[in-house]
Amino acid sequence: MAEKSGADILIEALNDLGVEVVFGYPGGAVLPIYDAIFKQKKIRHILVRHEQAATHAAEGYARSTGKPGVVLVTSGPGATNAVTGITDALMDSIPMVVITGQVATHLIGSDAFQEADTVGITRHCTKHNYLVKDPADLGPTIHEAFHIATSGRPGPVVIDIPKDVQVATARYTKPGPIQHKTYRPQVKADKTLIESAVEMLAAAERPIFYTGGGVINSGPGASQLLRELARITGAPVTSTLMGLGAFPASSDQWLGMLGMHGTYEANLAMNQADLIIALGSRFDDRVTGRLDAFAPHARKIHIDIDRSSMNKTVRVDLPIVADVGHAIEDMVRIWKGRQHPKPDLSDWWRRIEGWRAVKCLDYPEDGNDIMPQRAIQALYEATRDKAPIITTEVGQHQMWAAQHFHFESPNKWLTSGGLGTMGYGLPAAIGAQLGNPNALVIDIAGEASIQMNIQELATATQYRLPVKIFILNNEYMGMVRQWQELTYAGRYAESYSDALPDFVKLGEAYGWKGIRIEGNDALDDGIAAMLAHDGPVIVDCRVAKLANCFPMIPSGAAHTDMILQAAEVSGEMDDEAKALV
Amino acid sequence: MHIKEEKAERHTLAVIVDNEPGILARIAGLFTARGYNIESLTVSEITSDKSVSRITIVTSASPSTLEQIVAQLDRLVPVHRVHDLTAEGEHVERELALVKVAGTGDHRIEALRLADVYRARVVDATISSFVFEVTGTTDKIDKFVELMGEVGLLEVARTGIVAIARGKESA
Repeated sequence: MAEKSGADILIEALNDLGVEVVFGYPGGAVLPIYDAIFKQKKIRHILVRHEQAATHAAEGYARSTGKPGVVLVTSGPGATNAVTGITDALMDSIPMVVITGQVATHLIGSDAFQEADTVGITRHCTKHNYLVKDPADLGPTIHEAFHIATSGRPGPVVIDIPKDVQVATARYTKPGPIQHKTYRPQVKADKTLIESAVEMLAAAERPIFYTGGGVINSGPGASQLLRELARITGAPVTSTLMGLGAFPASSDQWLGMLGMHGTYEANLAMNQADLIIALGSRFDDRVTGRLDAFAPHARKIHIDIDRSSMNKTVRVDLPIVADVGHAIEDMVRIWKGRQHPKPDLSDWWRRIEGWRAVKCLDYPEDGNDIMPQRAIQALYEATRDKAPIITTEVGQHQMWAAQHFHFESPNKWLTSGGLGTMGYGLPAAIGAQLGNPNALVIDIAGEASIQMNIQELATATQYRLPVKIFILNNEYMGMVRQWQELTYAGRYAESYSDALPDFVKLGEAYGWKGIRIEGNDALDDGIAAMLAHDGPVIVDCRVAKLANCFPMIPSGAAHTDMILQAAEVSGEMDDEAKALV
Repeated sequence: MHIKEEKAERHTLAVIVDNEPGILARIAGLFTARGYNIESLTVSEITSDKSVSRITIVTSASPSTLEQIVAQLDRLVPVHRVHDLTAEGEHVERELALVKVAGTGDHRIEALRLADVYRARVVDATISSFVFEVTGTTDKIDKFVELMGEVGLLEVARTGIVAIARGKESA
């Protein structure tokens, strides 16, 4: 068998792994790989305008297709620019493989041009990483990297390849199924634990399913099984930000998102439940609020594939390490096998209906100013029959989108949950559009966040991607301003978006269509014009400047201390609360 | 506002890992990244083909943090298994120290006498100095080093703790 260069081995291995799209940016230390890409046709390379955008685009591609996202960047600044997106993928459990060029092996450690200690820098923001020093190791390493990125709790894996390893030759054969020496995620749950969970569920008077991104990571089958489990048990379902779409928002059993900006009914139900079944969620601080007041009456079952998520912040009564899809399947089977009748939860539902009647997502309207919530609702109404893929940036608009846009199926909601990365939405939309060429993809953005990866307008133009950006422009870093209003007596330090560009002209400069929407009268027509254009559109939707995102559990408060309206807020918080923000 | 700290217990962990480049940085970095303490860390290859290493870590943490430390270590890809030796039952801990003492006359004689009491061996000697090798629990070595301070202690090198469970089960 003939030997191949490291660069050719990389391309062949990516082909063997079914990779169709690579998001990247060339540079000195990856020139041999780019030359190998030039000479082939199977893998499509998408040239971004900044390496951070390559990682978010790969995340958007991965989250919307279920396939791993692949990134290719050069050494030094290429790798360091990718670090934010790599960390983002780690926090949100997104399968991603990042190939970084490195200076030649004999130059490593010499402070060579564009040298950075990529494996050192990314050691704690990856699930695993590799420095490949021998082209013979390249094939097996790439296959192992994809195995690790996509199995167990998914995450980002970095493969650092020195330039001489890209040029040197070795043999490559496609390996068989990977049996890793040490890495063996537990997929199937212990049967007796599932039986205990079913018994606890059958005996509960006030149960609630608290689902997370793990259900979506487990594949579309897990979302279907969740619906079945909810149907046969009759229990209410709430979800984290990352889990939206796993359970249909149109279901009567859906309570909406929980947590800091979750619904009143979801948070009160968590607080009053006697059994919480956590499915692929991780008791994040934005979900629990004050820990010593979190769900005081509930026994807790926690099903997650990551053992380190068990008892991390909240002690649970029954931890079950397993893939959540498999575990739900087992629960459904055992429940049906034991012929449990559907429990009578009518008292529980009566209480939930009482909380629902508060209509916590209602908001005051004032004149012709567009309330941001109204804009999201209008966008939802105009697009719901198209089952759009929605990405977001980070801030108030993200929370309003989570509250007022409703999802019926998984893989339609792409947002930066754990890391909270402004600048995520546009590149993620580009990645999602590439993975779903016929889908309507909309980035719901804020005027501050969108400027963090605004250069990607060019990427969409180059590849004729008809993504839409819908900016809720309130001229503030709204979430920062809201916190300053609520906890710092309205001292708006540096949160005003001064010197904003004209987003319509900016879009036009990049070959996009630009639309400005001002006033409620123009809202529906503006959205219709956006949807009518078959290319990329940037919408500058001017909204009420000082609207706050409610409901809200203040920092360090319990679920029962939820704020529904601004009138309930006092001017300044104590230091303990400030420290938790 | 003041920052509160939880009550800590001292535990000894045995971590069996694949002997790959960067593994020590991965483990030490995990402790710093997540705010865990390391009181002692030793590492050595334990198989003839040098493919597997055993890392002994002494850490102080609250019971819930200890549970997290074990789970977080176990989650690292190159980690075969993690044992909390303190939690799992009785175990033996030993440490080795090389202690250099300089002096003449009475000090020199007293140093030798104390070394004998502590079963320290002389591994190097000059007219005016000794290097002692002493093995034992951390407490014993602490005490020996403290005593040597009275008789001309110059320098100490310690290995850190290695530990193994009592009985016939293997980690």
